Amino acid sequence: MASSLLTASERRRPWLLLAPTLAALVLLMIVPIIIMFVYTFYTFQTAGVETADFNTGNWSEFFSDPYYHKFLWKTFRIAAETAILCALMGYPPAFFIAMSQSRHKWLLLLLLIVPFWISFTIRTFSWIHILGEQGAINAGLMGMGLISEPLPLLYNEGSVVMGMIHFLLPYMILNIYVSLEGIDRNLIAAARTLGCTSWQAFREVTLPLSLPGLGAGLLLSFVLAAGSYVTPQILGGRSDALFGNLIFGTIMKELNWPLGSTLSIVLLVLLGILSVIYSRYMGLSTVFKGLSR
Amino acid sequence: MSGESTWGWRAVQVITLLVYIFMFAPIIAVVFLSFNASQFGGFPMTGFSLQWYGKLMRNEAVVRAFTTSLWIGLLTAAICTILGVMAALALVRYEFRGKDWVNSLIVGPVLVPETVLGVGLLLANRWIGSKPNFILLLCGHILLSLPYVVLIVQARLIGVKRVYEEAAMSLGAGRFETFREITLPLIMPAVFAGLLLAFTISFDNVTASVFWRPPGVETMPTQILSMLKVSISPEVNALGTLMILVTVGVPLIGGLVSRLMMRRQR
Repeated sequence: MASSLLTASERRRPWLLLAPTLAALVLLMIVPIIIMFVYTFYTFQTAGVETADFNTGNWSEFFSDPYYHKFLWKTFRIAAETAILCALMGYPPAFFIAMSQSRHKWLLLLLLIVPFWISFTIRTFSWIHILGEQGAINAGLMGMGLISEPLPLLYNEGSVVMGMIHFLLPYMILNIYVSLEGIDRNLIAAARTLGCTSWQAFREVTLPLSLPGLGAGLLLSFVLAAGSYVTPQILGGRSDALFGNLIFGTIMKELNWPLGSTLSIVLLVLLGILSVIYSRYMGLSTVFKGLSR
Repeated sequence: MSGESTWGWRAVQVITLLVYIFMFAPIIAVVFLSFNASQFGGFPMTGFSLQWYGKLMRNEAVVRAFTTSLWIGLLTAAICTILGVMAALALVRYEFRGKDWVNSLIVGPVLVPETVLGVGLLLANRWIGSKPNFILLLCGHILLSLPYVVLIVQARLIGVKRVYEEAAMSLGAGRFETFREITLPLIMPAVFAGLLLAFTISFDNVTASVFWRPPGVETMPTQILSMLKVSISPEVNALGTLMILVTVGVPLIGGLVSRLMMRRQR
């Protein structure tokens, strides 16, 4: 074996090259998560003060108080709505780009990447210009004389979902596109020769073969939507706060570090599991392929 | 292509068009409204004016936030690129035990929700008895960008054949010389792409930055966030438009440059 012939310094070399990266990840991610976990067993005294007396008070508060369960449930419901709507809106464009023979295919793909470059904050607040009291829809309808009072389209659950779909659609379309692009076209042609209508060929061949991409897109959209808190902050009303907003408020406003850590660990465990499934399933590579194009 | 002219295909075309309009109409609205003469940040357009751009340039808070973001972004990009290239070399060019673990650890920051990364790092910083400062913000941005740089360089490095490096070494070049003269030029497009991406991620980050920024310090996105709290002013639109110009323009130009570099290599 070649490896047994390697000198000690040769064997050390990859670790030397990796050392700074590993140090950064351990110190900036692993250690903080461990500290956070330890903090879940501390007791909150007053804003910014806690005692290290190791008890399960925060956990029993989380598990017994329906307030947190309601937040969690609402967050997951909104994330699921967002993911499903994303899939419904994302599939046709992905299908179009994959199947189209147009010379402008590259432009459609490039336009999918462009949103990744535009600031998330800007993309989110841009919806105020569409749905707000002075937004395009209200200004248009009032200009045509169809309504006299602006419709309350903004600062509700719908506008939060809309903002999140807007942010997640490129991910969804790219995921579906990659798996559609990988389908052997002969299979579709064969189905057609054997007498399938184009709809049947789609339902029996294309759709099942694109399910991995669709599934990955759904999972990724769900995870990113459930973890977000800036979108509800910009586009939501007082009652549209999600679990992320709860964590932010607990830490930054109440300075309740033990409870904030507990809620963070809950979010990490629930969404982390889904993320790991996604990365195993899809290898994350599709997203990077999109980003690095 | 079979059935391109059918009713179903038509429907797909129309929906695609609508989805693209959905994705870009709000952004176009921001750009248009930044030139609006009205003192309110919304519709209707009352006339053309560049006054909001002028006002923006005189807004000290905005200029300060821009400088902060620029510096953090540049430092993040430089550090992540150096660390990322080193890590990618180790992962692609060497076989060692525990490689799978290292690979999983590196994608970690992508899989952990950003809010959790934000809380965790802030708590660790507090735990060592320190107040949020620039170093914390910089470290945080490095954590967020590093995985992407490693993955991009790794992908490119896999495509670079080892024979070139072996040839250089058999001709007497040292390890570092081989890297500088052979490997680096070959992976340059990916290094460049990684650099740009790290900068963009840092420049754009808001979710975690809100936790990490020192008191009184704003980055570009957190500045926009705090401007939005009052109301949506035409100034915010002008700022948004400028940022779109920079963040879309830079990668487009970067993409062209790296494409040219790749073409020259062939």
